[in-house]
Amino acid sequence: MQRTPPASSVPGPSRRSLLRGAGGAVVLAGAGTTLLSACGGSGGSSDPKTLTLGSNASDAVPKAAFAEIYTAFKKQSGITVRVNTKDHNTFQEQINSYLQGTPDDVFTWFAGYRMQFFAAKKLATPIDDVWQSVGGNFPDAMKALSKGEDGRYYFMPLYTYPWAVFYRKSVFQQHGYEVPTTWDAFVALCGRMKKDGLIPIAFGDKDAWPALGTFDQLNFRTNGYDFHAELMAGKASWTDARVRRAFDHWAEILPYHQDGAIGRTWQDAAQSLVAKKAGMYVFGSFVAQQFTDKSDLDDLDFFAFPEIDPSHGQDTVEAPTDGFMVSKSPKNHDAAIRLLKYLGTPEAEQIYLKSDPSMVAVSSKADTSSYSALQKKAYDMISGARHLTQFMDRDSRPDFTSTVMQPALQTFVRDPKGVDGLLSSIERQKKTIFASS
Amino acid sequence: MSTETGTRTPEAAAEPPPAGASAKERAPQGHRRLLTRRDRLILGLMAGVPTLVHLALVWVAALASIALAFTTWDGIGFGSITWVGLDNFRQLFTDNPQFWPAVQHNVVWFVVLILIPTPLGLFLAVQLDKRIRFSRVYQTAFFLPVVVSFAVIGFVWQLVYNPDTGLINSLIGANEPGHYIDWIGDPDLNLWAVLIAASWRHTGYMMILYLAGLKGVDPSLREASALDGANEWQTFRHVIFPTLRPTNTIVLVVTIIESLRAFDLVFVFNGGAHGTELLSILVTDNIIGESSRIGYGSAIAVVLLLISLGVIIPYLVSTFRKERRS
Repeated sequence: MQRTPPASSVPGPSRRSLLRGAGGAVVLAGAGTTLLSACGGSGGSSDPKTLTLGSNASDAVPKAAFAEIYTAFKKQSGITVRVNTKDHNTFQEQINSYLQGTPDDVFTWFAGYRMQFFAAKKLATPIDDVWQSVGGNFPDAMKALSKGEDGRYYFMPLYTYPWAVFYRKSVFQQHGYEVPTTWDAFVALCGRMKKDGLIPIAFGDKDAWPALGTFDQLNFRTNGYDFHAELMAGKASWTDARVRRAFDHWAEILPYHQDGAIGRTWQDAAQSLVAKKAGMYVFGSFVAQQFTDKSDLDDLDFFAFPEIDPSHGQDTVEAPTDGFMVSKSPKNHDAAIRLLKYLGTPEAEQIYLKSDPSMVAVSSKADTSSYSALQKKAYDMISGARHLTQFMDRDSRPDFTSTVMQPALQTFVRDPKGVDGLLSSIERQKKTIFASS
Repeated sequence: MSTETGTRTPEAAAEPPPAGASAKERAPQGHRRLLTRRDRLILGLMAGVPTLVHLALVWVAALASIALAFTTWDGIGFGSITWVGLDNFRQLFTDNPQFWPAVQHNVVWFVVLILIPTPLGLFLAVQLDKRIRFSRVYQTAFFLPVVVSFAVIGFVWQLVYNPDTGLINSLIGANEPGHYIDWIGDPDLNLWAVLIAASWRHTGYMMILYLAGLKGVDPSLREASALDGANEWQTFRHVIFPTLRPTNTIVLVVTIIESLRAFDLVFVFNGGAHGTELLSILVTDNIIGESSRIGYGSAIAVVLLLISLGVIIPYLVSTFRKERRS
């Protein structure tokens, strides 16, 4: 390219506009990443009366329920919450660049390792002051769940939901089945159901995470909470005989699982329970969202995953908890703190649960009188638990669970005989992943 | 503008004077040929800006991912980049249970595309080239899948293959326990199921490429071979097909590229579960996510890059050499 002499006879405007255009293109290219991650979020508002909030609640039910909370908060405090909703999965995938870019003041997130990871990376603001004022509303298990590795609070939980074995009361009545509390009774029930022409256990693992939930149940029932936690933290070995025992139990009931699970979504699997083709379904309580007919929903019930080792009983419940965090340098810190304090009140929880009855409150002070039978049972199960787990991808490194465990468990479901090779492969990959950073 | 160019024409046009040409003829020629400063500036920017953008988005990105392949990085801050040498590659080649199947599936993808939809596309193109009746209708019908994005195709075929409620299993009653066909989840089936969808689209693509090639065949060649008494097959085999050589080059390169970048269809279809792993899917799985393994994912991307270069460069070099010689 030739240098243009200053005394050029070229008419000015067009050159300037061209250069401007070029400059614009460069700026655009440079800003591309931040633009994408921020998604037009916090538009530089320093107005003390507005607060921005990044939300993954893209489904209709939770989105409306959250909106009601923010309206109530505005009435009480005069602060407007500007919500920036993104598709649930997209939000999760982009969280990394989102939090490093220009995130909203407050964002929705999950308790457990996933929260601690970003807290440890200094991408969140500690909120000890919030917990000082609302801490009395929560049981100790929730307090522990809301702390980072450094012992400071980073998370404000809003609701939780248990994983259990779901079934239809009418099907159990019709065939005279009884709720199994021990492993042997559970296996025997599976056998009876198969004879009666039912699919004993509905199963769909196309999205690869449902099998993680089944493994969690089997592992903490077989080996107890402490071992499960160690395994998730990358400390215990996957080639340990105890892990093998959990997989042996799985192999025992695998023939009773629905055929072709890898090609089926969890929603389709839930439909076989709705249609009374399947007898049971090991899943989270949000399976209730698939029961669109009121009478079907009233027919839905669940029991805790049966006891395998009596010394561990049924004392652990898997109860993933969702809530809020404050980003690393919120534009409106005071308003963020006020919102989180509000979210920590039983009122805020109740507003949410009225609109989304598939979840239960985390606060010990929440009013449970308006709960459905299913919600009451879920609440009792969680509050009676000695240990709460989150879910494999929230209790362990997400990079490990998504790139190693999800395909590994799909392999196991396809071919349970190859378990030994599979476990040593998991262990090898785990070592390198946990060794990095 | 006109005055400006006018004043400059004589001196500039004097530079390349074709010997023996008269001044009268020269002037208008130079008038057309010469670039003003303004033209040069505009051309410079038109070439320069895209070059810069290209460098930044293609070369810097490619070189950065090659560099990152020798590190571990979770994508948070530059401080957490750690140099690990060849560790990522060592892990990839020895410990990753999905890597070799992915390489194999990329190869299978290419072989299937070149063996089934490509000849089929050529066959359709030859038929359509005969100007049979309704040829426009057929042409549109076969080309339609190419217009639709792979993401949509994946979604549509997923409905066909859905093991519980899909078209095939409902028709043949293979959605009952006992004789269940899991088109999407069974590793012995799902790659072929996806390849049928991919071939469905690729056929139309190949057809349109060959159709364009056939339009360029000199009609006198056909006439000549007819006069020599060649039948239809002989004409095609010895006259038409050899003239399609440039088209074949394009088809081969396009098919290699299609098989290496295969991603969207499978990603929508079953996310690259057992039996449908592909290199591009492994790259995405490792790089995108809340706590990514960017170094490891980059290592897979580098392998993909090397395979692409290893296939494309020698082929292009040899073809261009041949074409220059002929």
